Amino acid sequence: MIAALSQYLAALLMVIGAVFSLLAAVGVLRLPDLYTRMHAASKAGAVGAGLVLLALALASGDGPVTLRAILGILFLLLTTPVGAHLLARAAYRAGHQPASITIIDDLQRETGKTPE
Amino acid sequence: MSAPEILQHATTATLGILIVAFLLGILRLIRGPTLADRILALDMITTLAVGFIAAIAVRTGFSLYLDIAISIGLLGFLSTSALARYLLRQAEKRQASEAQGEISQ
Repeated sequence: MIAALSQYLAALLMVIGAVFSLLAAVGVLRLPDLYTRMHAASKAGAVGAGLVLLALALASGDGPVTLRAILGILFLLLTTPVGAHLLARAAYRAGHQPASITIIDDLQRETGKTPE
Repeated sequence: MSAPEILQHATTATLGILIVAFLLGILRLIRGPTLADRILALDMITTLAVGFIAAIAVRTGFSLYLDIAISIGLLGFLSTSALARYLLRQAEKRQASEAQGEISQ
């Protein structure tokens, strides 16, 4: 009973995770500039892969495998924002301008100069 | 339908959706327009690969695939940070050479 229930839940979580991943890919393709694309990829992408890993943890029903899957989720949630931040910082320093519809650029106001 | 059957169908649907996501990511990888966009697309594709391999692990029942997924996640983070570092170094070098040009003028 419990095993069947966790398998149903795993199936649901897996499909939701896949849809999140698809939304991340659509965002990366459609959004106007690098910073908004990064927002789509690092949020939806990490949640999508994390949900599929959670489904694996539920479906396996095996102690060590569940533990490793949860460790994988933690690792993913820890590294994805760091990677996105590193890339955004490097891109801003390299002089990538935000899209023309951007309303506020706090980093520009702080340094008091336009990035070259 | 029994629970294992539904799980099997769910993995099929997941793999199909993820393949579409891969194709969209590859389109952005080709289109660019800058190096940073390509790094971002590559980062997203490695994250998608983690999910894809986890779905394969559920489908086949081999838990060994999970280790592969985790190590691909590690590799993706490492490559993203290395490429971001490269981008930063390139920008700093260019700014330094520009500053030198201003002094000599």
